[in-house]
Amino acid sequence: MKWDKNRIRNFCIIAHIDHGKSTLADRLLEYTGTLSGREMTDQVLDQMDLERERGITIKMQAVRLNYSARDGRDYQLNLIDTPGHVDFSYEVSRSLAACEGALLVVDAVQGIEAQTLANVYLALEHNLEIIPVINKIDLPSANPERVKKEIEDVIGLDASEAVLTSAKEGTGVEEILERIVTVVPPPGGQAGAPLRALIFDSHYDPYKGAIAYIRVVDGSVSSGMQIKMLVTGKEFEVNEVGIFRPSLVSIGELRTGEVGFIAASIKNVKDCRVGDTVTGARKPATEPLPGYRRATPMVYCGLYPVETAGYEDLKEALAKLKLNDASLTDEPETSEALGFGFRCGFLGLLHMEIVQERLEREYGLSLITTAPNVVYHVVTTAGEMIEIENPSAMPPAGKIEFIEEPYVKATFMVPKEYVGPVMELCQDRRGVFTNMEYMSVKRVMMNYDMPLSEIIYDFFDQLKSRTKGYASLDYELAGYRQAKLVKLDVMIAGEVLDALSVIVHRDKAYHRGRQLVEKLRGLIPRHLFEIPIQAAVGNKIIARETVRAVRKDVLAKCYGGDVTRKRKLLEKQKEGKKRMKQVGNVEIPQEAFMAVLSVSEK
Amino acid sequence: MNGYKPDRMPRALYIHVPFCLKKCHYCDFVSYPFKAGDAEAYLGALFREMRSYGSALSGEEKRISSLYIGGGTPTCLPAAGLSAILENAALHFNLLPGCEITVEANPGTVDPGGLRELKRAGFNRLSLGIQSFQDRLLRVLGRVHSAREAVCAARQAREAGFTNLNLDFIFGVPGQTSGDWLETLTKAVELFPEHIALYGLQLEAGTPLERSVAGGAVKACSEDLELSMYLTAIEFLAAHGYIHYEISNFARPGRQSVHNLGYWLNRPYLGLGPAAHSYLRGRRFHNYSSLKSYLEKVGLGEDPVEAGEHIPVGREMSETMFLGLRLIKGVDLGRFRRRFDRRAEVVYREEIARLEQNGLIKVAAGYLQLTKKGLPLANAVFREFV
Repeated sequence: MKWDKNRIRNFCIIAHIDHGKSTLADRLLEYTGTLSGREMTDQVLDQMDLERERGITIKMQAVRLNYSARDGRDYQLNLIDTPGHVDFSYEVSRSLAACEGALLVVDAVQGIEAQTLANVYLALEHNLEIIPVINKIDLPSANPERVKKEIEDVIGLDASEAVLTSAKEGTGVEEILERIVTVVPPPGGQAGAPLRALIFDSHYDPYKGAIAYIRVVDGSVSSGMQIKMLVTGKEFEVNEVGIFRPSLVSIGELRTGEVGFIAASIKNVKDCRVGDTVTGARKPATEPLPGYRRATPMVYCGLYPVETAGYEDLKEALAKLKLNDASLTDEPETSEALGFGFRCGFLGLLHMEIVQERLEREYGLSLITTAPNVVYHVVTTAGEMIEIENPSAMPPAGKIEFIEEPYVKATFMVPKEYVGPVMELCQDRRGVFTNMEYMSVKRVMMNYDMPLSEIIYDFFDQLKSRTKGYASLDYELAGYRQAKLVKLDVMIAGEVLDALSVIVHRDKAYHRGRQLVEKLRGLIPRHLFEIPIQAAVGNKIIARETVRAVRKDVLAKCYGGDVTRKRKLLEKQKEGKKRMKQVGNVEIPQEAFMAVLSVSEK
Repeated sequence: MNGYKPDRMPRALYIHVPFCLKKCHYCDFVSYPFKAGDAEAYLGALFREMRSYGSALSGEEKRISSLYIGGGTPTCLPAAGLSAILENAALHFNLLPGCEITVEANPGTVDPGGLRELKRAGFNRLSLGIQSFQDRLLRVLGRVHSAREAVCAARQAREAGFTNLNLDFIFGVPGQTSGDWLETLTKAVELFPEHIALYGLQLEAGTPLERSVAGGAVKACSEDLELSMYLTAIEFLAAHGYIHYEISNFARPGRQSVHNLGYWLNRPYLGLGPAAHSYLRGRRFHNYSSLKSYLEKVGLGEDPVEAGEHIPVGREMSETMFLGLRLIKGVDLGRFRRRFDRRAEVVYREEIARLEQNGLIKVAAGYLQLTKKGLPLANAVFREFV
């Protein structure tokens, strides 16, 4: 198809988890013949196993659809998939920046959720044309009229012409494609200007190097061209230019307004950062595209091999993951309790869980993970500001002038009967109420300012259980605030176990300390000696439990001549001990290191 | 350096009788309800197995210093059957002079006539499974006999001429008190047995007793109570002239179990019958535990061995350590050196150092032994050597 900027439409889909984004995308691919029915596996765009399992998009995808519209013309439609989780909101903003329009997919039963709302606002900030789509109208409890009203009341969009679809049954698909053609404007940009292309994602290919997913804003890019990344200043020669169908297909050139990929023997995804601008090296543009931000980790945790010998494997696996994940950071770290490992930084909790799971599943590693923490700003009495990524690095209380912690603006959407429980939870987590609005007669939106650290500690589970899963939450970082925080240490047999130190609010230290030692008492096996477990703030012990000593451990029964059975029993017991981490004289099972996370609320 | 080679030593011979009148609630050994037809088939197969070993083993390997018929309940079989086993053993093996010949018996399955017959046949040691002198606890254990029958059986054994008598007891039974235990011990010594074995009750998975504890029907004995019963017994029996020579075993001077000592010294033994274990020519192996498979294999003239493994020297050393440490005297370090041409103190330097530091073992007069502290924690010690 000949390039004609006016026949290009770039769009994305905004939807809450489970509202049917992936199914709808599949239908669009099918309808436009991009993939035949035979080639369709369920939810083509979610390529990682983990994504399929969790039903969420982690890594973005893009795909080009060719569509012959009712006006008799052929159009090039580029669908840019967006990750569906708050951890990846920066990536979402970049993919929105690559589009002119968005389908707002809302479940005809559930209505708008917090995540959707956050992304719609982002889309509006990027001046995207928004096409409301009400999905799952085939369900008996579907209430499109109520959802339309919600869209109008809450977002202020005219929903009278919302497309009613059932992605599952394939109804309304053509209507959506028509609306994209008529409502979404063609891309702007100047074909004659120097190249400027926005990198909205990348992935690492072992043969081609890092592949940049781009949207050409001005000019064009073709293979053989010398390019330059405006932020990093790195230069490369383009080997391959292509489009997503959804597999990579080479074409010679991408022109103004088009979406595709470039491969340029880029060794590291860090050299083609999401948000960076690609320009020509010979005739570079002067102004980068707006909105570049370096992805900064919000959550840190320590990752340690269970067996010291696993350190090299862990190091290698992290290096491989980083090839494909520019936002993952790792620094070697030594814990007195756990030996050599890494302090890793993540965009959020989900990102952290995904990385841990991939390390264990894809790389077969056995890991001990310490409880996650946020980055604290500590101002010392000497007037110096230190960033603390690891609680055990906290200076002694006497040297601290004050501590600041990151806050978020959190948005909750809940059926009105759950307003009370959510408020209670937020207050308990040091949230400061800022606003509440009725979205409809049944649903309420609430805003809170909250410490991020409270959200990464058992918050989602609590929210889910207190609202039977009906609440949705979105949050964005909202700077640092001073707080009365203390370091809570855990001592086992008199030794501080650095990997278990946490930073908590002073008023909660006693409660947390008590929970923690009780939990640990249940997790640490009995030894031949008594093991005191203590929680301490500074030099003050605030809670204590004791693991009693084993007093009798003897197989008195004589098994005739079955020595083999006896030996196997002893071997099994010994093997169980091996899987534990030896700290001083005490053997500590892996779960103990996560105990900080899972102590229950009540 | 060839001062001690276990293969030069006479063998112990074990014969498993896989029948009981009724399975006890705590038992997970191999046993079947007694049926005359099965017993006959079993004896036939057993004799055939004996004959095949008789022709396969060398003269040296056939020298037997102890014969032990265990079960199950061997005395389920008629005395004539047990006598026939002994006759066949004497026929196919070389039972050395002074050979210890034990048969296990349960009260309720013996009578004066039968006991006299066993004595006459050549059995010189009787091991009675009394377990407890409280009927209440015998019921918890699912034993078929009463305390009175147990006393009776012991007296009848004496009258039949048995001068080497062992009594088995169990402590740590759900519902058992310190008072019960002391009463049992008192009644035990009143019978003047030459040997006493005390077993702490193990709740084996899948046994009726384990299920009723898991289900909450009865309450397991606390660890502290069980320990105090054990320590009480050691003190009590010592005061009555019994030498504590193995974790669970006590004997009057010179009356230690020759057969069981063979296990603890890691010497070779041959086991015959279903589920019997053997340690011969550097291999450990065992027969099919199902009576049916055992009978089939022997019937076809095949070896009824179900599985086995070669014991490399490292493992032999490890087994020598953890078996030998069961003896109160401990592992004879000189004998270890002669057997392996290596010193246990060197092979297990770190383990020994660690355990010594924890006060669980010590070296005394050339023996490595459990300390008083280590005795009730023996498994923690054994684990270091596997």
